[in-house]
Amino acid sequence: MDLTELAEEIGADGPVTIAGLATRGGPVDGVRPVMAPVGIDRFTPDEMTVQCGAGTPMEDLVGELAAFGQTVAIPPSGTVGGALAVGRSSIRRLGYGPVRDTLLQARYVNAAGQVVKAGGPTVKNVSGFDLCRLLVGSRGTLGFLGEVILRTRPIAAYEQWFISDTDPDTLLRDLYRPVAILWNGERSWVLLAGHPGDVDAQAAANGLVAADPPAKMPNGGRWSIPAREIRSLVGSGSFVAEVGIGIVHHEHPAPARPVDPVVAELHRRIKARFDPTGRLNPGVDVLAT
Amino acid sequence: VTVEAVARSMDAIVVDLEAALAPERVKHGAAYLSLYRRDASTMEGTAAVVCLPTSTDEVQACVRVANRHGVPFVARGSGTGLAGGAVPLDGSIVIALSKMDAIVSVDAVNRTAWVQPGVLNLDLSNRLAHLGLHFAPDPSSQQTCSIGGNVANNAGGPHCLAEGVTNAHILGMKVVLPDGSVTVLGGEEPEPPGYDLRGVFVGSEGMLGIATEVCVRLTQNYPAVRTMLMDFDRVEDGAATVSSIIAAGMVPAAIEMMDQLCLEAVEAYIHAGLPVGSAAALLVEVVGLGHELTTQVERVISIAEQHAVKTVRVAQDDVERALLWKGRKSAFGAIANIQPDYYLHDTVVPRSKLPEVLASIYEIAARHEIQVLNVFHAGDGNLHPLLVYDARVPGTVERVHAAGREIVEASVAAGGALSGEHGIGLEKRDYMGLMFSEVDLAAQNALRCAFDPEMRANPGKVLPSPATCAEINRVHLPEGAWI
Repeated sequence: MDLTELAEEIGADGPVTIAGLATRGGPVDGVRPVMAPVGIDRFTPDEMTVQCGAGTPMEDLVGELAAFGQTVAIPPSGTVGGALAVGRSSIRRLGYGPVRDTLLQARYVNAAGQVVKAGGPTVKNVSGFDLCRLLVGSRGTLGFLGEVILRTRPIAAYEQWFISDTDPDTLLRDLYRPVAILWNGERSWVLLAGHPGDVDAQAAANGLVAADPPAKMPNGGRWSIPAREIRSLVGSGSFVAEVGIGIVHHEHPAPARPVDPVVAELHRRIKARFDPTGRLNPGVDVLAT
Repeated sequence: VTVEAVARSMDAIVVDLEAALAPERVKHGAAYLSLYRRDASTMEGTAAVVCLPTSTDEVQACVRVANRHGVPFVARGSGTGLAGGAVPLDGSIVIALSKMDAIVSVDAVNRTAWVQPGVLNLDLSNRLAHLGLHFAPDPSSQQTCSIGGNVANNAGGPHCLAEGVTNAHILGMKVVLPDGSVTVLGGEEPEPPGYDLRGVFVGSEGMLGIATEVCVRLTQNYPAVRTMLMDFDRVEDGAATVSSIIAAGMVPAAIEMMDQLCLEAVEAYIHAGLPVGSAAALLVEVVGLGHELTTQVERVISIAEQHAVKTVRVAQDDVERALLWKGRKSAFGAIANIQPDYYLHDTVVPRSKLPEVLASIYEIAARHEIQVLNVFHAGDGNLHPLLVYDARVPGTVERVHAAGREIVEASVAAGGALSGEHGIGLEKRDYMGLMFSEVDLAAQNALRCAFDPEMRANPGKVLPSPATCAEINRVHLPEGAWI
């Protein structure tokens, strides 16, 4: 995929912001927006990798992959680039891993308007510093994603949600590789996937009852706490916690988290090296949320 | 600078280190220093002094002494690295973490543990076995390599096919940064604020600081395992079987391949009944619950049959399974029976390119008159061509290096990567230009300089053409930029 046009649009000076489908807050107000290319360049099911423009809607990507029985561990809304730039994982993280592990290679445009390649095209690669890690969750403050190569995964033959009154720690301990366990302080929802015979056997052995997933998640705030602390949430308001992970979908905004001054200084230095004039997504503070 | 001045300054460094640690944990005798000149690669450097700290505070003290005297430092685990990443250059202070080998805490419910960097990979899994848990990355050196080294190199291993490499198993780390400050990157919470500094620290080969405590993610032990050995008359059929398994939507726990020369060498060494008459053998391991396991075994065998498999041997018990794995893991020992020396590469290619790149490897080795054995992680396309030779024969080392370079070039040209799990270190530093442009490398340097503007942490590794961080800025930054 040719990124020359995107690089020229971004140029080398003046504030610029990246826009997608505005499902995660959208571009910075009052700043000249650019958009990443759309389209799937190359899907190779026998490599379990897909190469696409960062502006590709997740819905299109998921549809294309599903035709070959595959998917990708990225929440299925907005654009591919937006999901990566925000870096928030889906509720299936327990089983399928975080968003950050899906990005194998990125070609992005830096603050000087140059196309830069990070990572490599293969599922395994330790050649040099892994700048893909830096880009996922960087919210467009270090460079704008143009084209990415993602690791895909097989869609399970069968999956089923269950409900249970068993203690969530017990479920986490006794179930083999559940895809998700959600807990609202009283009961748990469990998502199992795999061979139907194994799913049914695990459900029976652990007293799970088939049910729908939780109808509505509280959406006042997305908290991130150590998984072992989810019991402390009881009495804090309405919530659904991701057991074994520590993401909490809460009715209240997430409490402010202190940032170690040493970590804050590293952020300042990284931003200064990658975007010395602060022109990329100006005003976005990755430590603020 | 005179010899006397260097000696005086070295004396002053030793005095400071002895005050910071305990004198018996600051080593500077010639015999001791020679042990730390190299890792498991063929490269050598010079250690000025070796420190054996026992705590984060002591590591910090060592780093501060290095800074005060303006000398570089190199962190070191077990020294099993194959790319020269722990080789001390320019009279570095070696900070050896081997005495920091405690498991600090374990959360058996949420499957995490904080461990010190000197804990050995296999020791960690063995010490957690009673909890039904293990640390998933399993490099071949797992009996001796350390968690700190695994973090530095983003280590792999056969079972990383399904479970992911080290980065997927590290949640956070306490670090001493190159300027001597201490902080925690990442941590137990799933979405720490800001950039994924944990993620970039993993695999940074000791150039962003020193991890002194690591939060690892632990993995449930498998409820059941089936291990199969399948052999083929043509390497292409084995490789096609690998691609077809993945295309069919299966990700086995491991898919390893050995070629004929390797099978012969290993069989002569361990007598496991390996199919020595075949061009290639695959070791495929599937894990999981009963129904899934049975289905996957059937599907894997059926796919292999479509690709002219000769025989399928399913391990009947743990003893036979261990024997098959011993065959895979004994390759390096077996080589000693063929030639005294070996040189190992670690490139990655798309699975679909395995037959073509293997053919290139055989052609390159033949042309340079070097024997080559292939034993590798076929499931993720991670080749391990082993060039075996006798360094005493004049001209051989040169031919081995020439062949090695061509193999790396052929792999990258096929859409691959320089290294899958061993790292770049010193060995492949000057190959980085095969995969990355000047602009790409400037971005990697920018990250490095943000962490270490004085370039004091393990300098001279990974990134070619060492410049000062100020010079890198001149290349990388647009006109009129300020820092």
